[in-house]
Amino acid sequence: MPRKTPLYDAHEAAGARIVDFAGWAMPVHFGSQLAEHEAVRAACGLFDVSHMAITDLAGGGARALLREILANDVAKLDEQTDKALYSCMLNDNGGIIDDLIVYHRGGADYRIVSNAATRERVRPYLDERAARHGVTPAPRDDLAMIAIQGPRAVEMLRTALGDDAEPAVALKPFHSVETADAFIGRTGYTGEDGFEVILSAPAAGVFWRRLMQAGARPCGLGARDSLRLEAGLNLNGQDMDEETTPLEAGLGWTVAWEPEDRFFVGRPALEAQRRDGPQYRMIGLVLEGRALPRHGCAVRTDAGDGIITSGGHSPVLGRPIALARIPAAAQDGFQVHIRNREVPARAVRPPFVRHGKVCV
Amino acid sequence: MSEVPLDLKYTRSHEWVRLEDDGTVTVGISDHAQAALGDLVFVEPPEAGAELSADEACTVVESVKAASDVYAPVAGEVIEVNTLLDDTPELINSDPYGEGWIMRLRPADAAELDRLMSADDYRQLVAEE
Repeated sequence: MPRKTPLYDAHEAAGARIVDFAGWAMPVHFGSQLAEHEAVRAACGLFDVSHMAITDLAGGGARALLREILANDVAKLDEQTDKALYSCMLNDNGGIIDDLIVYHRGGADYRIVSNAATRERVRPYLDERAARHGVTPAPRDDLAMIAIQGPRAVEMLRTALGDDAEPAVALKPFHSVETADAFIGRTGYTGEDGFEVILSAPAAGVFWRRLMQAGARPCGLGARDSLRLEAGLNLNGQDMDEETTPLEAGLGWTVAWEPEDRFFVGRPALEAQRRDGPQYRMIGLVLEGRALPRHGCAVRTDAGDGIITSGGHSPVLGRPIALARIPAAAQDGFQVHIRNREVPARAVRPPFVRHGKVCV
Repeated sequence: MSEVPLDLKYTRSHEWVRLEDDGTVTVGISDHAQAALGDLVFVEPPEAGAELSADEACTVVESVKAASDVYAPVAGEVIEVNTLLDDTPELINSDPYGEGWIMRLRPADAAELDRLMSADDYRQLVAEE
């Protein structure tokens, strides 16, 4: 039996089509994925992301633990307790185990939000590493998480929370605040303004209902995927995995090389790859025609074949788009192999869409 | 429960077939099929004039989720395809039995139509899925 989030009954009542995602019964859409996608670009959409893995790390060793297991450096949060940091967690070969957001909650306390699909892989790994630092990770499966995304997210939050929304509305992007009953980050996975709100299961039901009453549209995993693709954001397990390093996945900017004497898991392998030059790099593609590139399609280039890591229809461009991993030396001649045909494509630098506007 | 018009014939692979007065048949995909596929964004029909054999994969319908084949319900010649679907594939979602039709065939052997499922049988198939 797949697990259910605290909002499952509300989704069923709203007519959601439910699918099994990473062991969770989640809404894939509530009638139309395209309409949900457009609602987020033009107004405001709501996502139940309670399947994400929330883990609290408290105690003196948490900072040292995170500096060891993350490729980005939580020391950047030392002076900014309200700031969030995006990072990959690597294996010894520099391959990506997971990508996550870490929040510094003040003092020695941190919270990480990582992927649902990698929960069973990450939790034992974290426990083992944490034990060496005298830290006991606390999985917060008791909490729910709701993403409110779109140009009207602020308005919806104000309607739902009244004056209690103000601390969140004042947040800059990638910052967070804790109120009496919620943990709110100005973060998201859509390329739009918005918030991710972590709160107790009972409070989540009330909050979700208020946001819907305010006019925010419930959205499923389908729209979540097409929105993040347009925003050029990687999906772990799709655009990257334990065989892929951040340098090959377009995430070199998330690796903190300084200070040079900070050891983190995967660093020696990553430094060697940086020195020799990675063999692959990540690009965006806009395709001719309407046939859709899918994960695993071959990409012909002037330097050998690459691969589509994510692809689909872009509602905003009205065209097929994709993220692709190609030979680092490839410059030209991009064609995607779809159903025995070679479809010409133009290489672009993601994001494809940001704040409702086309940027390629 | 999805809509299953009584005056149409159906296939196990979720096509519907309407016998027209002139002996040709119009083919589309059922309401159940369009709902399962999700929003359609691309339809690649056969060329008019193509000769299809029964159960031949002849059309690709692509939704936001995945690409699927549509199969020829009977053998025959393609005499017309719905060109509206080039720019508005979502007609299959909004009106699967009307404006969302995919192609018209001239059956090679009218007797083949007897192999198709009745609305009652198809309704049962959908209920079991």
